[in-house]
Amino acid sequence: MARYEAVIGLEVHAQLGTESKIFCSCSTRFGDEPNSNVCPVCSGMPGVLPVLNEKVVEYAVKMGLAVDCRINGKSVFARKNYFYPDLPKGYQISQFEEPLCEHGRVVVEMEGGTKSFGITRIHMEEDAGKSIHSPAENVSYVDLNRTGVPLIEIVSEPDMRSPEDAVAYLKELRSILVYLGVCDGNMEEGSFRCDANVSIRPLGQEELGTRAELKNMNSFRHVQKALEYEIARQIDLLEDGEAVVQETRLYDADKGVTQPMRGKEEAHDYRYFPDPDLVPLVLDPAWVDKWRGELPELPGPRRGRFESRYGLPAYDAGVLTAEREVADYFEAAVAEYGEPKKISNWIMTDLLRQLSQTGLGASECAFGPKSLAGLVRMVDEGAISQKIAKDVFLELFETGGDPEAYVREKGLTQISDTSALEAAVDRVLSENPKEVEAFRAGKKKLMAFFVGQVMRKTKGQANPAVVNELLARRLG
Amino acid sequence: MSRICDKSLSGLRGLLAAGEVKAAEAVEACLERIRATEPTVRALISVQAEQAMDRARALDAAGYDPDMPLWGVPVVLKDVLATKGVATTCASKILENFVPFYDATAVARLKRAGAIILAKANMDEFAMGSSTENSAFFPTTNPWDPERVPGGSSGGSGASVSAGQCFAALGTDTGGSIRLPASFCGVVGLKPTYGRVSRYGLVAYGSSLDQIGPMTRGVEDAARVLQVIAGHDPRDSTSVDRPVPDYLEALGRSDLKGLTIGLPEEYWGRGVSAEVAESCREAVALAEELGAATVPVRLRLTDFAVAAYYIIALAEASSNLARFDGVRYGRRDRDSADLLDMYVKSRTQGFGEEVKRRIVIGTYVLSAGYYDAYYRKAAQVRRLLRRDLDAAFEGCDLIAGPVCPTTAFRLGHKVDDPLAMYLMDIFTISANLAGLPGLSLPVGLGTESGLPVGLQLMGPAFGEDLLLSAARVLEEAIAPLPAPSGLA
Repeated sequence: MARYEAVIGLEVHAQLGTESKIFCSCSTRFGDEPNSNVCPVCSGMPGVLPVLNEKVVEYAVKMGLAVDCRINGKSVFARKNYFYPDLPKGYQISQFEEPLCEHGRVVVEMEGGTKSFGITRIHMEEDAGKSIHSPAENVSYVDLNRTGVPLIEIVSEPDMRSPEDAVAYLKELRSILVYLGVCDGNMEEGSFRCDANVSIRPLGQEELGTRAELKNMNSFRHVQKALEYEIARQIDLLEDGEAVVQETRLYDADKGVTQPMRGKEEAHDYRYFPDPDLVPLVLDPAWVDKWRGELPELPGPRRGRFESRYGLPAYDAGVLTAEREVADYFEAAVAEYGEPKKISNWIMTDLLRQLSQTGLGASECAFGPKSLAGLVRMVDEGAISQKIAKDVFLELFETGGDPEAYVREKGLTQISDTSALEAAVDRVLSENPKEVEAFRAGKKKLMAFFVGQVMRKTKGQANPAVVNELLARRLG
Repeated sequence: MSRICDKSLSGLRGLLAAGEVKAAEAVEACLERIRATEPTVRALISVQAEQAMDRARALDAAGYDPDMPLWGVPVVLKDVLATKGVATTCASKILENFVPFYDATAVARLKRAGAIILAKANMDEFAMGSSTENSAFFPTTNPWDPERVPGGSSGGSGASVSAGQCFAALGTDTGGSIRLPASFCGVVGLKPTYGRVSRYGLVAYGSSLDQIGPMTRGVEDAARVLQVIAGHDPRDSTSVDRPVPDYLEALGRSDLKGLTIGLPEEYWGRGVSAEVAESCREAVALAEELGAATVPVRLRLTDFAVAAYYIIALAEASSNLARFDGVRYGRRDRDSADLLDMYVKSRTQGFGEEVKRRIVIGTYVLSAGYYDAYYRKAAQVRRLLRRDLDAAFEGCDLIAGPVCPTTAFRLGHKVDDPLAMYLMDIFTISANLAGLPGLSLPVGLGTESGLPVGLQLMGPAFGEDLLLSAARVLEEAIAPLPAPSGLA
């Protein structure tokens, strides 16, 4: 590997979360009955015409602004011509020579510093439908619900040099899209899709090698694995004196390999030309300014602010800001109780684990930031132990509720009263004479055992600090 | 009864309003005329006799409504306009059994205005042609001479109006397809400014050039129909959101004083037959008598216009016709081995020769390596041509010339010579490329052929009111054409 360098460029298709399709008023809802969200326009009936959904322009421009693109005052829709049954018009409306956004960049925090990856262009286009093949019946079905769902294609410069670069770029891009509220970022449902162009070249060589295009990577892990495999494959080829073939390869997640796309690899000539049914899109600078003003704080700047304002380590700031909902949750909790690091710990461990187990988003969680803040405060004030707090969190995670009231109701308040704990301590010591002897003989590690026994006797409500102190006094 | 059919649309309106003729009687008269003339003319692909009678009776039952400007008026539609529940074939086998579940906007507007849809008119397949001989079903003949073509591609619409089968027809014009048949059939045909009439529901041929327009027996009739179909449509992004003037009010002019008519050298010279030149010159002389001034203008790019047109229109057509793939509607070959086979067979069987020729040419000019030489160059020529016309309109109000170098030619005469057929459009194409309105006005019968000659008036963008008012003044000064000679 040391002798070679990989060059990676990525094409991302992000589905925009508009209510209706890009050129008609049909719903974009996912998972409906096949062909229920169709009309003459998106099913390509004769004589019908597309009308651009303004919301699509807004979303696409916002993404362009978020990644520092130049927003072109005039952009042109073009037809990409090819035949396929799930492409009803025989062409896809896209943008070609004059896209909406150009020359942007994404800045990513990585181990070893900050990296900037260039964005060549962002353009709007319509999605195609879905073909469902049924070999048993020897027929294919076409579902046009997805036809005309708005997409933006985000094309990067070939700036990435490793699978890690590619994944970091993709994660950042996805995070920005979700922050903007223009895409749900769901890779499994196909709202966020990625193709990669990969080539390798000997280190120090300027000229690019022959590239392969990788498709069918449905998660960040797939991207990582597919790129690793492909880079190794290309290096092996060159080492063996063979040549890389320019082709499209599909990633097989089960086998962990990339394979040439089956069937004839036809050199497509898409015969792009300006779509005469749509007038050139001329943007009023006032709209762009308005949309710029509506941009939320983006993950990069927010990460920086979390470090400087809350004094969080870079790692915490990165985790907390990766998703807008989580970052919002954090800030709401800190506003209630100003202990950022403690709240960060709770979110990064307990909350995120529970969210990922239940599949909920932070904003959907019944145990809101106010509750979490209350819980942390009670631990700090010694009202409950850390362990009890964890139990309360799990109890209330799905139902929600005020942790203080819950603790009161269930009698979980921590016992810090020395007199109340002395009896338990004495009983533990009298029940475990051998251990007491061993401790006194120097086996100091047994302290933890005694503490544990006392905690058990008090059903976890004992204040561990007080227990420690009492034990030390008795055994000392 | 058949005398009703000899009235103009405006004349019929008067009778309908006065209650002297019922809508049902108007429809019956048209159906009778259709029965009498169709065996010769063959202007119509389908006749909606029952629906039309039902609609007429419903209108009669409700009573005359002065707010419906075309109340009870039977009209014919070129079969390229989508009609809800009525087959829309584009004169192609590939759409032979296609029944849309939506109306074209222009059709919906006609219906709302009280018009009665009588029939769907024959045409060159997908509007590709200049003679209506490219219909996949049958050729239409010229009511003035059954041996001759009616022009195209809206030949069925022109012949139907000329034969008195209806009071107005809608045609479509991509390179002259309204004006040419209007000229050959001796009727008025108006191609509006691009964007004046919604294209929604017009099965596209050359999307950046196509416009729907009226074909009628008189200028006032054309104004009445245009009034109804013109205007912005949110379903067509290329339709222009701009107030529609009152075209009838614009007809008030009694002379042409103060108007300057530009005469392009390129339109009056070589290639124009003597009889066409003569009729058109007489009309221009008459315009001068009526107070118009004439000035020579230059349209230097006229020769390139034909080439640019056939590149742009065919490029767009090759893409527009891709949707006819046998997957969702239209003809599908049922015995295909695989997907490619189904595409190839369905399209091979479904499209006629001229359509295939145009798809192939259009595909070629968009192909990698040829795009710059053809499509991009043609788009540049188009921009220059537009500039030329804009410049010309700085020195004149209207531009006049023949619609076509000749009168109607014989059936079969040019079918084997596509290039000669394409040159029929040489004077009409510029208006499409520049998006300007053009009107064909019958100005007499050729001294040699005895067939109608059309004078083309072109106006600046959205100058339909001016075009119509000038045409109306000329129309009144010119002796009206007799009844078509081919219908004994």
